[in-house]
Amino acid sequence: MGCTAADVVAALRAATAVVREHRDELVRLDQAIGDADHGENMKRGFTALLSRLDGEDLTTPGKVLKMVATTLISTVGGAAGPLYGTAFLRASAAVGDAAELDCEAVARALQAALDGVVARGKAVVGDKTMVDALTPAVAAASSVNGSVAAVLSAAADAAAEGAESTIPMVARKGRASYLGERSAGHLDPGARSTELLLRAFADAARGEGAAT
Amino acid sequence: MTAASEPGRVGLVVVSHSDMLANGVAELAAQMAPDVAVLPVGGTEEGGLGTDYGAVVEALADADSGNGVVVLYDLGSAKMTAEMAVESADDPSRYAVVDAPLVEGAVAASVAAQGGASLSDVAAAAEGASGETPAAAPTRPALHVVPDAVTAEVLLTNEVGLHARPAALLARTVAELDADVVVRYGDEEANAASVLALMGLSAPGGKSITVVATGKDAGEAVRRIEELAERGFDD
Repeated sequence: MGCTAADVVAALRAATAVVREHRDELVRLDQAIGDADHGENMKRGFTALLSRLDGEDLTTPGKVLKMVATTLISTVGGAAGPLYGTAFLRASAAVGDAAELDCEAVARALQAALDGVVARGKAVVGDKTMVDALTPAVAAASSVNGSVAAVLSAAADAAAEGAESTIPMVARKGRASYLGERSAGHLDPGARSTELLLRAFADAARGEGAAT
Repeated sequence: MTAASEPGRVGLVVVSHSDMLANGVAELAAQMAPDVAVLPVGGTEEGGLGTDYGAVVEALADADSGNGVVVLYDLGSAKMTAEMAVESADDPSRYAVVDAPLVEGAVAASVAAQGGASLSDVAAAAEGASGETPAAAPTRPALHVVPDAVTAEVLLTNEVGLHARPAALLARTVAELDADVVVRYGDEEANAASVLALMGLSAPGGKSITVVATGKDAGEAVRRIEELAERGFDD
């Protein structure tokens, strides 16, 4: 058994709860080195998402992911909108119209998401962005076999390490780059939200027993 | 202004995190380009700071009279939002997201658009705009090597000389004609097609500029510039 549209919807409900729960933390992180809007923007985007998760046309994982993309693009309002929007859009394209996703498809979707974020934001590893969390997550996901839950857990673990690695970095992209050296010593809010989303997906996959 | 540009003219969209900033830039740029749609898109749907993807998509369509739209932005995520909006359009090649200083770029682009420049030339005018080297607008052949140039000394009768509005008027006058025109003041020389280059001459009222024109309408170009100066640029 793979990961169905209903499983993806369940994972997104979990992600919405996590984003709301961590809204203040993301605001604080973004206050330190950015424009203090990441927490509120993510909350706005995922709150809008929640109201659309009951849609009857969400019959495949790909369709759900595409709806996530268009919702985030049009409601987030900050850099996370186009970045996560592009990530989900590419992930949607990568899984096509499959009714269920196996662990290989999930890894492929994560790779496509990373490629999309890099294409959109032009950041590379070491720039102190979500790319620093997503890149090791993709590498970990593609090296794990077994279940979707195992793939996502490995991705979340690697994303946590990746996010942690942004703390000493000097930002080279986004609003934080204007701070130069003063951006060092802070966790990047985008890397942190990437870690939180992957953790929520992993927990949901395990909880739901969404995969073999 | 919410209508598209007059037929034949490229439109402009200014994407900013701030509604006030977008409106201010659009106001400034539109002053020099009455027939160009300069549409501001600033802030989120709720009126906060940020960018509104849906509003950018709408503005792109609204500003387009059939000749395309140049899009300027303030900060990184406004650029990403603009690029996504362009990619979602039926024909992305009708839109150009340009990396330009927002204020100077918008002014240079609007004046180029007012003169009927193509999408790529309006984009180039914006990209070439910077406070340091006012050399905007497409470059043209050096005039001093052309033997049949029409030359005239023109006295700036208005009080402020070639400041923004007179420079825009002059650039527009030239843009309507088939002529290459250079304006000299002191040791400096400016392409008359570029309002920023003209402003960069800092030619004050009461002084004379030298106008050098070539091309089919060279004589007419000089005549119109003389007329403009005599009227004090309608100041």
